[in-house]
Amino acid sequence: MSEVVILAQFVDGKIAKASLELIAFGARAGSVTALVLAEVGAGPALAGQLNVGSVSEVLVLESADFAKHGVAAAAEAIASVVSEKKPAALLISSSAFGKEVAGCVAVSTDSGIITDAVDFSAELRATQLVFGGSTTVHSRITHGCSIITLRPNSIAPDMAPATPQISIKQMSVGDLAKLALTVSTQPPVTGGRPDLTEAQYIVSGGRGTNGDFGPVEALADALGAAVGASRAATDAGWYPHSLQVGQTGKTVSPQLYVACGISGAIQHRAGMQTSKTIVAINKDPDAPIFELADFGVVGDLFAVLPQVTDGVRARKS
Amino acid sequence: MPLLVSDLPTSNICNVNIAVCVKQVPDSWAEKKMVAGVLDRESAEAVLNDLDEYAVEEALRIVEAHGGNGDAGPHKITVISMGPSRATDAARKALSMGADSAIVVTDGALAGSDAIATSRVLAKVITDGNFDLVICGTESTDARMSVVPAMIAQRLNWASLTFAGSLVVAPDTGDISITRVTESGVDLIKAKLPAVVSVIEKINEPRYPSFKGIMAAKKKVMDVRDLASLSLDANTVGIVGAWSVVEDAVARPARSAGIKVVDEGNAGNALVEFLVEKKLI
Ligand SMILES: Cc1cc2nc3c(=O)[nH]c(=O)nc-3n(C[C@H](O)[C@H](O)[C@H](O)COP(=O)(O)OP(=O)(O)OC[C@H]3O[C@@H](n4cnc5c(N)ncnc54)[C@H](O)[C@@H]3O)c2cc1C
Ligand SMILES: Nc1ncnc2c1ncn2[C@@H]1O[C@H](COP(=O)(O)O)[C@@H](O)[C@H]1O
Repeated sequence: MSEVVILAQFVDGKIAKASLELIAFGARAGSVTALVLAEVGAGPALAGQLNVGSVSEVLVLESADFAKHGVAAAAEAIASVVSEKKPAALLISSSAFGKEVAGCVAVSTDSGIITDAVDFSAELRATQLVFGGSTTVHSRITHGCSIITLRPNSIAPDMAPATPQISIKQMSVGDLAKLALTVSTQPPVTGGRPDLTEAQYIVSGGRGTNGDFGPVEALADALGAAVGASRAATDAGWYPHSLQVGQTGKTVSPQLYVACGISGAIQHRAGMQTSKTIVAINKDPDAPIFELADFGVVGDLFAVLPQVTDGVRARKS
Repeated sequence: MPLLVSDLPTSNICNVNIAVCVKQVPDSWAEKKMVAGVLDRESAEAVLNDLDEYAVEEALRIVEAHGGNGDAGPHKITVISMGPSRATDAARKALSMGADSAIVVTDGALAGSDAIATSRVLAKVITDGNFDLVICGTESTDARMSVVPAMIAQRLNWASLTFAGSLVVAPDTGDISITRVTESGVDLIKAKLPAVVSVIEKINEPRYPSFKGIMAAKKKVMDVRDLASLSLDANTVGIVGAWSVVEDAVARPARSAGIKVVDEGNAGNALVEFLVEKKLI
């Protein structure tokens, strides 16, 4: 049976949901090896979380270089595993880090790469939604390892227990992976809400909030949603860039996306138009966001949102 | 012993030779379609990739902070683009913003190139050109992969400093640092030149070409090269050299607008009913 290597990533020491999704995709095409890049000593606690889905092997590489040398160190470590194991596929979650690592591994292992796939088949075929979700593309890699990055929220993780074989090795990367040094890291601000890319529900605010995200956050909390923002809102400093949705922010596809005071510029739509259900609240009846909205409210968000929040709370209690 | 940036030899670069990679893309607003598995670039109006304007602007700001380029000072900015022959238009726009010269790689064999091939061609041009710093956008609005800059760095064995929300370069010491802004947070990253940087749209506000700039750009050097002049094998690029194939591309039904209500005091409740109906709450 062919082997599929997935990169297992962790948020605050906990396995990312997106990584569990990769396990479910990988199992379609072969036996799954979960690769973990860990700080020295952190391996066992991380590996222990991979006793799920159909993981048959957990390979932990421990190195102090991962925190210091980011993408380059990760790419070198992963490339060495790909060269040694020659897996049929390497699956990584789509993120700035994930895509760059995939790109560097593709170059160093002479492999093809497909990014931002939303599906992956037993035949190693990837499905992508391109041109703002208007076209479905099926493609395949024809050379080397099939290196594919998959968007979070694309499959239900398989949480059935498994008993993988675990090995932990220490390593260090070569000088060429150390040309750039990460001096400090500031984690993203989430305000205790769900992670934007993994969230099933997202409520986003734009310039129309005029800087007051209170009603947006209140509805998000009633729904158990993540909060997102348009570029106008992040440019104004009302919300951090890490929560920007759109072409140069995150691409999300939750069950429900509520756009509040957002006009629906093409760059914003690029990040959210594959959401399953879209709701828009906007004062301007001609705002382009209404072209995609399953339910649009022409009105003042400061009047509409509190009513929605109260209604949601009442239904949930 | 781990190698630290401070242990690296000082580069002693005084005149920074900057390459800015710019791509010509179909206008974001134009309808895009695939023909035989490849984006039909002829059918849409072509523009300079939005994000690459930020890369050009950042290059201009670096040189302006250290004496200038062209007639004003010792530094040089070369625009590099790979694409169809009309990619010279995108390069020309970058020249009109203030870059000094352009290299455009165009060759029939390049059509259908993937990121692997694109990075191969750009890296070759950069290797041939004696550059210290390469600045890219983070993403092309058509491919949307955000991988080309990291791949170029990988091929050149240069430091990769991508997703820069701010950039500082010291031409005398060769020190370079960025704040990397991604969904994983904000990192401070340091290295020595030579390096590849990609910039996010928060980094600056690109200038509009002035009338003088547009006129001056017409006289600047536009060096158009084909694969043979780069000594690159045509089999490693384009559709033949692409290591992924599109098996099919199907248009999805356009998303159509649904219910739209005008709030007269009760639209919030109607929205709640909609969410209940959709089993979302
Ligand atoms: C290279 C590049 C990259 C970009 N990347 C992104 C990106 O990743 N994400 C992104 O979002 N944008 C991005 N943009 C910017 C994008 O083009 C728009 O400028 C931005 O999305 C606008 O944000 P907005 O909808 O919040 O603001 P606006 O377009 O100003 O819209 C505000 C809306 O709020 C409505 N409104 C005002 N008051 C109220 C009220 N009280 N109640 C209800 N509605 C109200 C108005 O009718 C209006 O429709 C990018 C642009 C460029 C050039
Ligand atoms: N054909 C090209 N010519 C010049 N630069 C390019 C080309 N393709 C990509 N780039 C550069 O790489 C960046 C990222 O592109 P991508 O990886 O395609 O999203 C762009 O913003 C450009 O700076």
